Amino acid sequence: MTSEPAHMNPARSFQGLILTLQRYWAEQGCVILQPYDMEMGAGTFHPATTMRALGPKPWRAAYVQPSRRPKDGRYGENPNRLQHYYQFQVILKPNPPNLQELYVKSLEAIGIDTAVHDIRFVEDDWESPTLGAWGLGWECWCDGMEVSQFTYFQQVAGVECSPVAGELTYGLERLAMYLQGVDSIFDLNFNGLEGDQKVTYGQVFQQAEQEYSRHNFEYADTEMLFRHFRDAEAACRKYLAEGEPKPDSNDSRHLMALPAYDQAIKASHVFNLLDARGVISVTERQSYILRVRELAKACGAAWLKTEGGSVAV
Amino acid sequence: MPDLLLELFSEEIPARMQRRAAEDLKKLLTDALVERGFLYEGAKAFATPRRLALHIAGLPVKGKDVREERKGPRVGAPDAAVQGFLKGAGLASLDQAKIETDPKKGEFYVAVIEKPGRTTQDVLAEIIPQIVKTFPWPKSMRWGAASSEAGSLRWVRPLQSVVCTFGPETEDPEVVRFDIDGIPSGDVTHGHRFMAPGSFRVKRFDDYAPALERAKVVLDADRRKDIILHDARDLAFAQGLELVEDEGLLEEVAGLVEWPVVLMGSFDESFLAIPPEVIRTTIRANQKCFVLRDPRTDKLANKFLLTSNLIAKDGGKTIVGGNERVVRARLSDAKFFWETDQKVKLEDRLEKLKTIVFHEKLGTQYERVERIAALAKELAPIVGADPALAERAARLAKADLVTEMVGEFPELQGLMGRYYAALQGENASVAAAIEEHYKPLGPSDRVPTDPVSVAVALADKIDTLVGFWAIDEKPTGSKDPYALRRAALGVIRLVLENNLKLSLTSLLAKPFARTANAALFAEFLKAKELVEAIERSPFAPVVEHPSVSELAGIFQQRQIAEAEKLARIMHARALDLLSFFADRLKVYLRDQGARHDLIDAVFALEGQDDLLMIVRRVEALGRFLDTEDGANLLAGCRRAANILRIEEKKDGRSYSEAPDLHIVNDQGQIEEKALAVVLDGASREAAEAVQNEDFEGAMRALSRLRQPVDAFFDKVTVNAEDPALRENRLRLLNAFREATRSVADFSRIEG
Repeated sequence: MTSEPAHMNPARSFQGLILTLQRYWAEQGCVILQPYDMEMGAGTFHPATTMRALGPKPWRAAYVQPSRRPKDGRYGENPNRLQHYYQFQVILKPNPPNLQELYVKSLEAIGIDTAVHDIRFVEDDWESPTLGAWGLGWECWCDGMEVSQFTYFQQVAGVECSPVAGELTYGLERLAMYLQGVDSIFDLNFNGLEGDQKVTYGQVFQQAEQEYSRHNFEYADTEMLFRHFRDAEAACRKYLAEGEPKPDSNDSRHLMALPAYDQAIKASHVFNLLDARGVISVTERQSYILRVRELAKACGAAWLKTEGGSVAV
Repeated sequence: MPDLLLELFSEEIPARMQRRAAEDLKKLLTDALVERGFLYEGAKAFATPRRLALHIAGLPVKGKDVREERKGPRVGAPDAAVQGFLKGAGLASLDQAKIETDPKKGEFYVAVIEKPGRTTQDVLAEIIPQIVKTFPWPKSMRWGAASSEAGSLRWVRPLQSVVCTFGPETEDPEVVRFDIDGIPSGDVTHGHRFMAPGSFRVKRFDDYAPALERAKVVLDADRRKDIILHDARDLAFAQGLELVEDEGLLEEVAGLVEWPVVLMGSFDESFLAIPPEVIRTTIRANQKCFVLRDPRTDKLANKFLLTSNLIAKDGGKTIVGGNERVVRARLSDAKFFWETDQKVKLEDRLEKLKTIVFHEKLGTQYERVERIAALAKELAPIVGADPALAERAARLAKADLVTEMVGEFPELQGLMGRYYAALQGENASVAAAIEEHYKPLGPSDRVPTDPVSVAVALADKIDTLVGFWAIDEKPTGSKDPYALRRAALGVIRLVLENNLKLSLTSLLAKPFARTANAALFAEFLKAKELVEAIERSPFAPVVEHPSVSELAGIFQQRQIAEAEKLARIMHARALDLLSFFADRLKVYLRDQGARHDLIDAVFALEGQDDLLMIVRRVEALGRFLDTEDGANLLAGCRRAANILRIEEKKDGRSYSEAPDLHIVNDQGQIEEKALAVVLDGASREAAEAVQNEDFEGAMRALSRLRQPVDAFFDKVTVNAEDPALRENRLRLLNAFREATRSVADFSRIEG
């Protein structure tokens, strides 16, 4: 990518990093999606991963997903922690046999020279209790720093993956900090320009970090959130029930797996907010996680009865 | 003789699994070969992050021919029998069978079945895929397009290729052909992921290992460890520093690289204000780096050693720089935890322990702390500790579980509590006890000696043991998820190594009673919660249910009956825990080299619940038996026991009554009179000495019996004609046996 203008260089520009990764994975046959328009804790929740990991149909996608972790907010004061950050997510189903090699090449594409950087695959098994999902894989280290998560999904929404999908998650801010050589997220150069035209990550997000930390820890309306949790749970169940194939119809498809799953995503995020507000006790915590998992599992089962989940139309 | 080379090349195998997997591969394959009659000269297995390899030397080319004779029906037997025989033996007609003659059976057919030995290659091709498909990984996975099919191959991470060659040294070995779920065996492998990514052919182990070495792969994990250790020491030495050695970390790091390159990085000196254990833990746990010590001050240096997997073009400058950034970020976090933790006093953290469930049936950590504090206070006078200090230490002992630092690094529990306690001005013994109450953690761990630490350490372990025994969660076989054996051993070592005299029975009685009441109360609370839930619900008017106060009444009534029942159950469980302690003590003493028969001889006595006294007795007994008096007394005792056993069996009764001294005086021989007199004095003296815990004295007293006993057996006929006299002599022998039982059951002693 020598023809790239300097401000697009992934080592100088946060957006340059994103665009480089998008282009790289587009070349590997991925559809480049835009972020899902809902609040979620990780890119894995995006239906393009959770739902598409289920069923036999091949699928390749890559996208940026803003991830909301209310508890991780630090009022914009900690140089390494945010309650809202970006993940770059790649999913390939079935995983190609050379997925590790493709991953290493993606690092080379963003300027990590494997002749001077120490790239390592260190055991890290992934599990999401809320999604009823687990997989085996690694944290990928670059010079001792975890820059990505690499997982072979074995189970999602309580369903065995068949075939298995490979999932890559790049922690974009951390990767960019390393590439740009800055010690604070807020000092990241966002647009790659210099002087007056330079926009930093802090300029874009620091105020939001302060405001949302305040909201997440102190002011989020817990009564409303408890209500929203119940509502989302009920709505999810309702859509699942209504979408079930009718016994008198020839159509054996489930008709509302995706809208139902949106409610599961919502319940999960509302739970995270309540958790950050400290109003959920340890014992309750487990039961809330279980409730979200039940929703996710039911949605996964419904998805398998849709066209995307490979029911013949 | 030909050699086998097998390599299973995969994506990165978790470091902690590699060594075990290599050994499993060796065992499974060699066992399968031996089972089929293929013996070998030697086998060695290897593992790197990306491969398991196995070399088996000196295998035969083929298996032994097998010749089997099978007897058939007699000549002229019915056709059905003949056909069955032909079919079973695999013969086409009777012409292929021999005829043999037997005087009883007459003439009959014999089939000779000759099976030529199978070639080793065939057998390997059959067993290797089987072993791979059923390999005992702790966790395994499916992958790729093949995972669409049910029952597809599982491996720890995707298996990429397989090398399998077999052949003699002098010729080119052949590829043993097989296919594992679409992966064909071959003779092509790969070098280091970045330094020699190409593939190359290998013939046999002798060229495989050096070829890998050229392709920047050190096959042998022990050699990788050696390289890392020596390079690390050298780098440290060059800076005038010492490596803080860490075998566990070394083993792990050797499993993360195929070509180790050790590099040194540093961090800002200001971080050295954090406790050294914290620095070491964070650098070790997160970065897998070694720390260094300055030998002049014995303090940590602001340097660390990392093991990379690359000979970098820039000499490692970039790698060191990157690692330094991460170490800096980690230490900043640790420093932040260290500083914020100090802002909250330990006692103010206790409330938070209410949110941590220790065990579903045993309540929260908070409740546990309450129990331990009560117990530590009770134990304090016994172990010579100030009860107030013991109680204070117990109360703070678990507070660090809710600090940021221990949240991040659970292995620092106790230690952080000690630091924070010292910083908030707690008594030094209290601070030490917070760390030491977890000790000893195993047979080689240090046993605390400060009485406050001992009180809390005992209370912690006894609470754990009593709790789990009370809810009937005991270790079974190899399963001991709550480390209860370790806790019991901890109690034993704390008691013995601190010379504590205490009765286990009374030690366990109170906590058991408390637990029993708590169990009942917990049941009441659960029922109460249920009632309250019903009352809150819209169904309250329609569901028949007791009110909370009625419930209390029911439970009060029940309590009397239940308490009795519960007391019986708890009594049985307490006895069971006592016998668990006895077993653990036996194991402990055996490990210490005590004779197991002497242990049994002491344990056979009733009411042994003072650990220290049991051990003293065993020791005294051992020394006594080494003396001539001891050996002879043992011989006499055996003789008495033998006679008694025979006569008691013959008569179908025992002779446990005291001997009639009138009979001895009036009719007895001089030797039996002497025995009776000495026995009376010696047994009294021995009993008194035992009372004073002077076991040497007791045995000295008993040793006075040796001479009269010898004389008695020499001159006196036990089976006298006069039945009264005979009975009295048997009683006398029994009294002698009983006297020796005041120190040990001599019948259990061997040799």
